[in-house]
Amino acid sequence: MADLSVNFAGISSPNPFWLASGPLTNTGYQVMKAFDMGWGGAVWKTVGEPVINVSSRLAAIDYGGRRMMGLNNIELISDRPIDDNLREIAEVKRRFPHHAVIVSLMLASDPTLWSDMMRRVEDTGADGVELNFGCPHGMSERGMGSVVGQVPEYSQQITAYAKSGSSLPVIVKLTPNVTDVRMPARAAVAGGADALSLINTINSVMGLDVETWLPDPHVADRGSHGGYCGPAVKPIGLYMVSALANDRRVPVPLCGIGGIETWRDAVEYLLLGAGAVQVCTAAMHYGFRIIDDLTEGLNDYLDRKGLASVQDLVGKAKHRVGDWNDLRLSYSYKTVAEIHADQCIGCNLCFVACDDGGHQCIDRLPGQRAPVVRKDDCVGCNLCSLVCPVPGCIEMQDIDLGLVETWRQRQSRVGF
Amino acid sequence: MIPTDSTLRAFEEVVPPLTDREVHEEALRCYYCDDAPCIQGCPTGIDIPRFIRQIAQGDLAAASRTILDANIVGATCARICPTATLCEGACVRTRDSHPVAIGRLQRAAMDYAMQYVTGAPRLPRRQTQVTGKVAIVGGGPAGLAAAAELLRHGCHVDIYEAQAALGGLDTYGIVSFREPLAVSLWEGELIRSLGATVYLNTHVGTDVAWQTLKDQYDAVVTAVGLGKVPMIGIAGEDLLGVWDALDFIQQSKTDSYPQIAASSRVVVIGAGNTAIDAATCAKRLGAENVRILYRRGEQDMPAYDYEYSFAKQEGIVFEWWTQPVEIVGTTHVEAVRCQRTRPVEGPSKAVVMNDTPSWLMPADIIIRAIGQTKSDALWRLLDIQHQGAVPVVDPHTYETSCHGLYAVGDCLAPSAEATVVTAAAQGKQAARAIIARLEGHSITKQEG
Ligand SMILES: Cc1cc2nc3c(=O)[nH]c(=O)nc-3n(C[C@H](O)[C@H](O)[C@H](O)COP(=O)(O)OP(=O)(O)OC[C@H]3O[C@@H](n4cnc5c(N)ncnc54)[C@H](O)[C@@H]3O)c2cc1C
Ligand SMILES: Cc1cc2nc3c(=O)[nH]c(=O)nc-3n(C[C@H](O)[C@H](O)[C@H](O)COP(=O)(O)O)c2cc1C
Ligand code: SF4
Repeated sequence: MADLSVNFAGISSPNPFWLASGPLTNTGYQVMKAFDMGWGGAVWKTVGEPVINVSSRLAAIDYGGRRMMGLNNIELISDRPIDDNLREIAEVKRRFPHHAVIVSLMLASDPTLWSDMMRRVEDTGADGVELNFGCPHGMSERGMGSVVGQVPEYSQQITAYAKSGSSLPVIVKLTPNVTDVRMPARAAVAGGADALSLINTINSVMGLDVETWLPDPHVADRGSHGGYCGPAVKPIGLYMVSALANDRRVPVPLCGIGGIETWRDAVEYLLLGAGAVQVCTAAMHYGFRIIDDLTEGLNDYLDRKGLASVQDLVGKAKHRVGDWNDLRLSYSYKTVAEIHADQCIGCNLCFVACDDGGHQCIDRLPGQRAPVVRKDDCVGCNLCSLVCPVPGCIEMQDIDLGLVETWRQRQSRVGF
Repeated sequence: MIPTDSTLRAFEEVVPPLTDREVHEEALRCYYCDDAPCIQGCPTGIDIPRFIRQIAQGDLAAASRTILDANIVGATCARICPTATLCEGACVRTRDSHPVAIGRLQRAAMDYAMQYVTGAPRLPRRQTQVTGKVAIVGGGPAGLAAAAELLRHGCHVDIYEAQAALGGLDTYGIVSFREPLAVSLWEGELIRSLGATVYLNTHVGTDVAWQTLKDQYDAVVTAVGLGKVPMIGIAGEDLLGVWDALDFIQQSKTDSYPQIAASSRVVVIGAGNTAIDAATCAKRLGAENVRILYRRGEQDMPAYDYEYSFAKQEGIVFEWWTQPVEIVGTTHVEAVRCQRTRPVEGPSKAVVMNDTPSWLMPADIIIRAIGQTKSDALWRLLDIQHQGAVPVVDPHTYETSCHGLYAVGDCLAPSAEATVVTAAAQGKQAARAIIARLEGHSITKQEG
């Protein structure tokens, strides 16, 4: 049995799986049920001056017969009174002293509001706060949420408000709706953030009904851009976590969020540098019960790898993602496709993909089922192997051309 | 008989495993229903959507644990459960497509466990832990399921089994081309790995007295199954060449395969699942000409549809409305005298024999497959209430009229077609009742 417990920025948790701030963590009832079922921590639905919501609020994109590849919402922060939220938070912490209880906060830019609130959160016994600088709709138009996250100076300022006069760990939750996530991340660190969590949801319009021309979701006859999340956003989250894990000016723990549905997703985040992870859409889709598959799967994986604890994964592959200019150029290293004829089912998908969207280097031969790759012409783009429905039928083979040279090395060699 | 290569091949499992790819695709077809109807359809309540999701995520070890957690004979059930009337019959996808192949997915997970998981499986710990000693009489699926549940709650469990191996009919009665012997033997090992003490070749009543068990244990679970195939009650049943279907199958599973010449004419009497198993078994041993005689019509046949189709596919010939009235021969069987039957008018299933002349059907081997003997001998010996061959038990606890004595599985002489999964579910339920009692027990002990 591997050790699944983590200590994230001084917050200890029996496992690295936390529920992300959102509809799952709206009430004490839900969070206690989730803890009973095995979740390691929960970030409470963002607390602030209660809002008034709209209806409807969610829409989803399906893929390949499966529901909810991506989810979008136009929900705001908690619409419950601050007192109720804080009372229930205190109760949860009392009943579950060993679980991580984090309070997500969103307040106006006023230092006394912040110091006041931080004191009240401390009184609940909660383990830390998460500053919601990410909500991309509704609150941002009111000067909170992602507008804070998009302006580094604001991020720094408000983080500093939260830090002053409180010893609670402060996690800053970042918005992906920026051109370079390192800028707001560095600003939050400068403001005193103890850790960062990312990503919040992505600006999106989910879709339109082509019959009625109404957007999804819509409120009466109009819609609005909402926040995109779910399995579809995982690649964006992975990128942003790896960008920060490799940034020396962001020397704080990272909490990975975005599209985590299975233990594999979590392992990817951990390997790229996340010290814990948060889940929202997957648990909204299937319920808290998925925690068993997450913990059991992660445990089996660690056992199989001979690793003793989650910590043995954190950041272990972060150096594998970096600057394009440090990749070996194609005269130094390449891959070429090899179609294993014995496994080919004759669908010709690779042929048409290469001919139309690749580099025209797959030939069909008369009287033969399997197409053949002209290896000299193949640029090693992977497309044929990605479209092939038979796993292992098209193999991308490594060809080391001897000389090791990246663009950076080439530039210095030719004297730039 | 020393089996030839072709016999060995004929006794390999008929249904092939799904390929990895098929397993993955089939698993993705599951909607992961909440409060899933398939779970309701499983007498042992396996969390089917959960194990399918674990398969879809590539964690077959976890899937096998989910199965074993609810059903310790899950590897057997994956092969021989009548899934069309159980989990798969309840699957929501019967409505928008066709059911998820739950049984075959379960087999994929269990095959993985049999191949790769060593030692005791890491099953979730049971909250309640009790101390107590329980004797289980009969190591078939009912007994094994009771044992597993008791062991997981901390009980000391001794299993008494008359045969040389655990598994009951799974080991000795189910033809190996439907369930390879290795599967039920593995399940027996599983029970040992959970901590059971097993006394093989030990017949309770002969080698150990029932009273000794009653005296020495906190509870005794009777899971003895049913008896041999009864006599049909016609002349000539003692001739050479007349077999009890269960002996016939048992031989094909254990030591020697029964010797059958290709030219042998085999006649099987009865049309339940046992008859089909015996008939297909004879066919696979090499007999070219195998007939099943049944005194009712095709619609009344008790065998499952898939068993019937399988038999037809194997080339078994069915003789409906045919009753054997005499087995003819001097020392060895030569023929069976048959008489035509017809249904009695009205709703009953009774049949009467026609007045038309009987005829002789030539035969070299006759297999009696008219069910298993149900007897009240044991219930009289144990002095417990019974109605005919059926002991009276509490429907929730399976306790008999004798305090601390429980009865589960086929020995309850069910009127419907008996199944392994029902036997296992009953074993588990009786175990839970015993645990509840021991729990109360230990609390009072502590108080006192
Ligand atoms: C040919 C055949 C095919 C079948 N096919 C299927 C199928 O496809 N699917 C399905 O679900 N079910 C099938 N069944 C039914 C299934 O096998 C039984 O319902 C199931 O095995 C009952 O389990 P059990 O534990 O109650 O009894 P059994 O499996 O009969 O086990 C009883 C055990 O108790 C032992 N025992 C008896 N008396 C004593 C004693 N005094 N002391 C010690 N040990 C004793 C016996 O040796 C035996 O091992 C089939 C049955 C037969 C005969
Ligand atoms: C309906 C809904 C409401 C949300 N509300 C909040 C919120 O109040 N505060 C917050 O920080 N994030 C909120 N989020 C964003 C999630 O916490 C999370 O960052 C995002 O969904 C990405 O994770 P996922 O891909 O696992 O869903 C919300 C998401 C959804 C779907
Ligand atoms: S009923 Fe069918 S689809 Fe639903 S959970 Fe069970 S197997 Fe899956």
